Amino acid sequence: MTADAFLRRRFEGPADLHLFEGVDIGGIYEDVETRPPVTPAAAAGGVGLPVSLNGVTKAFGSRAVLEGIDLDIPAGQFVAVVGRSGGGKTTIMRLLAGLDSPTSGSLAIDGRQVRGLQPSVRLLFQDARLLPWQTVIANVGIARSPGWRETSRDVLADVGLDGRENDWPSVLSGGQRQRVALARALVSRPGVLLLDEPFGALDALTRAEMHQLLARIWREHGFTTLLITHDVAEAVVLADRVLVLRGGKIALDVAVDLPRPRGEDVAVEAARLHAAILAEV
Amino acid sequence: MSARRHLRKAGEALLPWAFPLAVVAVWEATAQAGLITPRLLPAPSAVAVAFWESAKSGVLLHHMGVSAGRALQGLAIGGAIGFALGVLNGISRPAETALDSSMQMLRNVPHLAIIPLVILWFGIGEEAKIFLVAIGVAFPIYLNTFHGIRGVDGGLIEMARVYGLGRWALFWRVILPGALPSVLVGLRFSLGIMWLTLIVAETISASSGIGYMTMNAREFMQTDVVLLGIIIYALLGKLADMLTRALERRALAWHPAFQTAEARP
Repeated sequence: MTADAFLRRRFEGPADLHLFEGVDIGGIYEDVETRPPVTPAAAAGGVGLPVSLNGVTKAFGSRAVLEGIDLDIPAGQFVAVVGRSGGGKTTIMRLLAGLDSPTSGSLAIDGRQVRGLQPSVRLLFQDARLLPWQTVIANVGIARSPGWRETSRDVLADVGLDGRENDWPSVLSGGQRQRVALARALVSRPGVLLLDEPFGALDALTRAEMHQLLARIWREHGFTTLLITHDVAEAVVLADRVLVLRGGKIALDVAVDLPRPRGEDVAVEAARLHAAILAEV
Repeated sequence: MSARRHLRKAGEALLPWAFPLAVVAVWEATAQAGLITPRLLPAPSAVAVAFWESAKSGVLLHHMGVSAGRALQGLAIGGAIGFALGVLNGISRPAETALDSSMQMLRNVPHLAIIPLVILWFGIGEEAKIFLVAIGVAFPIYLNTFHGIRGVDGGLIEMARVYGLGRWALFWRVILPGALPSVLVGLRFSLGIMWLTLIVAETISASSGIGYMTMNAREFMQTDVVLLGIIIYALLGKLADMLTRALERRALAWHPAFQTAEARP
């Protein structure tokens, strides 16, 4: 299925609220019967920041990893980027994080052109990257902003690590470490959250738990999310929109208009999308 | 079950002492039997008497105080220089290019070989000994600090930058703690060198200190005092090592190698 077909489907759908992305629509649709349980637009809550890439190219030497990427992500949208290794997934994320700069083209966050590290952008690494010599709570409050102890404690409780504040990271399991890393990212209330295959090293059960956690946190906080993953199923479960990156270009851009939380009831539709995306990877 | 465990714990605590105690017992027995001449090797009891008498008169404490003072001053000066250079070269490539090869060249000069030069410069005063100790301890600390800093996980530094840490916070909270295990290994190496240097320096030119005390005793054939001096060096060395281990356990409590069930921050 092509991107055009998906787009057509999107705009024909009666319950399509993507048009109102980032706009606080409050209770306007409260009484609309066709409304899915929780819609992305309603969840955005206005905290997320819109992100856009304009003709972004990144080359290492003579090898172009990204070629003229144009991408607009509305505030609060959950975008998953899938693709094979070497397809430019990690590069696009490093550019958005400000760890690298584009060879040409520009990035804008919240409508302003940006360069370098941004305080509104937070990144979750594949390995949790916790400081082993600091306790869990000191890791979460790494920036030591005023009142970091209280804020960190609250966020840790929110990600299900109540009572583990004073443990060393080395005694935590892989899933718990990623929870700490997530808490560390959330403490500063980011407008954009980037996730670089953060669940890739976890076992299937822990990963499913982390998916639920992330989906809930994203619904509550409303940050714009870019999830890099090689797992198409993960992308379909979590994202509003899936991009397939192939050979440095966006090969597919599809919306995932499935109601949340995405349980067994949407399995058939999810499987169809999964197959369609996989064909493009 | 519990009584047996207690017994085993006590046994584990005592085991390291079994061998030295056995040696002392055999030594005392052979000396008492008249098998070794007291002039060459006095009995442990004679050494104990020498200890008691010099301790009572305050001579021993005076010499120990002087030696410990020199050791610590030399360690503080040399350690600070080695650490500062290690940090500088560890975080700055230009500094490394400018200084590291000189440091490697100097490091390979046996520092005891410069004793004649040091005596020419400082005479036989305190400065000479402190200088020698400082030179001796600076290199192991330099080397281990440098490699410790270079070995800090680049991923953690990248993370710290993304999470908005400034230069100072990055150094204090990421780079220094990451290098600390290596720095402490350097410190333990340095302590060994510190005592070695001090012994040599004090036996060559001094008018006080444990080294002077033993050399002086040699002149009067007081073998028991010579042995006492040697034993004191061994004990001081052991004490210094115990202190660094305690420091390691405290500073590296986060490290899995130092974690026990009750070790919570």
